[in-house]
Amino acid sequence: MTRADAKVLLEVKGLHANVAGVEILKGIDLVVRAGEVHAIMGPNGSGKSTFAKALAGHPAYEVTAGTATFEGRNIFDMAAEERARAGLFLGFQYPLEIPGVSNAAFLRLAYNTVQGARGKDELDPLEFDDYVREKMKLLEMDASFLDRSVNDGFSGGEKKRNEILQMALLEPRLAILDETDSGLDIDALRVVSGGVNRLLTRDNAVVLVTHYQRLLNYIVPDYVHVMEGGRIIKTGGRELAVELEARGYDWLKGKVAA
Amino acid sequence: MTDIEAETAPRGLNEDIIRLISAKKHEPEWLLELRLKAYRHWLTMAEPGWPNVKYPKIDFQNVIYYSAPKPKKLKSMDEVDPELLRTFEKLGVPMNERAALAGVAVDVIFDSVSVATTYKQKLAEVGVIFCSISEAVRDHPDLVRKYLGTVVPPGDNYYAALNSAVFTDGSFCFIPKGVKCPMELSTYFRINTQESGQFERTLIIAEEGASVSYLEGCTAPKFDSNQLHAAVVELVALDDADIKYSTVQNWYAGNEQGVGGIYNFVTKRGLCKGANSKISWTQVETGSAITWKYPSCVLLGDNSIGEFYSVALTNHHQQADTGTKMVHIGRNTRSRIISKGISAGQSNNSYRGLVKIGARAEGARNFSQCDSMLIGTKCGANTFPYIQVHNNSAKVEHEATTSKIGEDQLFYLAQRGIGAEEAVSMIINGFCRDVFQQLPMEFAVEATKLLGLKLEGSVG
Repeated sequence: MTRADAKVLLEVKGLHANVAGVEILKGIDLVVRAGEVHAIMGPNGSGKSTFAKALAGHPAYEVTAGTATFEGRNIFDMAAEERARAGLFLGFQYPLEIPGVSNAAFLRLAYNTVQGARGKDELDPLEFDDYVREKMKLLEMDASFLDRSVNDGFSGGEKKRNEILQMALLEPRLAILDETDSGLDIDALRVVSGGVNRLLTRDNAVVLVTHYQRLLNYIVPDYVHVMEGGRIIKTGGRELAVELEARGYDWLKGKVAA
Repeated sequence: MTDIEAETAPRGLNEDIIRLISAKKHEPEWLLELRLKAYRHWLTMAEPGWPNVKYPKIDFQNVIYYSAPKPKKLKSMDEVDPELLRTFEKLGVPMNERAALAGVAVDVIFDSVSVATTYKQKLAEVGVIFCSISEAVRDHPDLVRKYLGTVVPPGDNYYAALNSAVFTDGSFCFIPKGVKCPMELSTYFRINTQESGQFERTLIIAEEGASVSYLEGCTAPKFDSNQLHAAVVELVALDDADIKYSTVQNWYAGNEQGVGGIYNFVTKRGLCKGANSKISWTQVETGSAITWKYPSCVLLGDNSIGEFYSVALTNHHQQADTGTKMVHIGRNTRSRIISKGISAGQSNNSYRGLVKIGARAEGARNFSQCDSMLIGTKCGANTFPYIQVHNNSAKVEHEATTSKIGEDQLFYLAQRGIGAEEAVSMIINGFCRDVFQQLPMEFAVEATKLLGLKLEGSVG
């Protein structure tokens, strides 16, 4: 739900970024307020994932111009882990595997690190076990997820559920979900998007990065942005996504943002 | 540096030095003869050139072969020189805590001579002998004579021959028939005098149906010159006996430029002499400038089992060429090898292992898993598996992987609030889990911390 007076969580101005010396982002502006759902769409190679990773602080993405503030703080002064602790969450398109480390140990370390940074109480293994099981119900996850190695041998759908479980545990102010719908069958998509919907409040916000409008049937965006060539070339409401579904991206090519 | 006074032999090696060592230790004639025979054999041998390590030629005449603290007998840990305890403290070996909390009997080897032995009484009640090998030679000469050199013969290899000639001390354990050792036995070795070679000799015997878990921890203070450490460990397991030998090795590795550090050239071998016997080696190797070490099992008894679980970590300019040999002789013998090599900095880490199935080893089985992990782009990892099968019914499996701690993995963890050092520690501990699970609890905790410390600053 959009409210003009809602607090600004993220404000990006004129963002340019390089990967391996090649400019991928060529001037992005975006404002996300508390309570909003944004969708960033666009064809492959338009810079969507680069934008997400640059905001989260991936070391391979070099910001060359522009600013980005998160709740008023310049995020480019913050290491990736500091951004995470401050409440900026990235749901990965390809979650990484960590063989030999139990999911429970990983989740608890992440949870306690973030809680500690926010001056809140950390949980011991038993307390955490109760807490995480509660959150797992939200995503219809089996308890065996806790004993398995982090993402190791997980199916695509299991990995994505695990990402949203992390979001549920870390309670970010802003979650950027990068292609969370890719590789999900229709049932998994329903569960995952149901989980995201239940996590939405008037104090947090979600940016969905997606190639397809399918996800937006489940998580309804307030704004839809279309990226092309490293810029946002068009912004509209929910109906823009429907139009993209019908007409593809080609008709927008070469147009400048409205 | 510690201020404990040492009694030191002149540099160099000749028959007189060997006679001096033997005389200092009031040894029987047969042992002096064994030493001299080993020495004469050693003179005819050449240093092995096949390990994948590089180092300047060692001047064996510039080594001090005997250095002992002034003899003092201590009845309890309270009497241990506080300076020694402080040194342990600095080195991160919570020995007193460990002994008290874990109920471990600690036999401290301080420049090759035992200065404290605890819990001896409790062990004596069940007939377990746990003492320095010098005491064993004095008090149990028949046992020592029966087994010493039967697993690693004096002429086995260059460094074993050298050790047999000049070993100054080490540990002796004897677990009599049917006895389960009531506590874990632990020895801490350390090198104190600059340029003194450390040549311990350890002999562990488990009689029929006996079992024991033995922990060896190794640390050494920093010196700029390289020091040679050439130990020999022999294990003998009779019918239905079980020996578990765990090592956490953190000898001084040299500085970040590769100056100084221990040359750790060690021969460790266990003989599963009896049917249904089992010998299990677990090692966590994080120290030493150079590690050359292959804890092995000779599976002579039918249905005997050999295991080797290893984590070898190298950083900066460290070099390790380590692995195992599983020699299957008896029928239905089984062996399992789990090796995890971690290389960081400009280090070089090789796994070298032999699985040999003899002609009579009907139904023998081996499984080997050798995984390497690289941190950074300047280090190296190699795997050299040798497999020799002389029996068609044998089944031998070998798996190997190489992985890297990548930027993406660290970014993923950072994005969950976890900083680089903690992330690396977590990834490495996950990588080593199959080995750490084999360690006694308090050792596993120490090993986990140690790996984190050793890798500090190697990422990012």
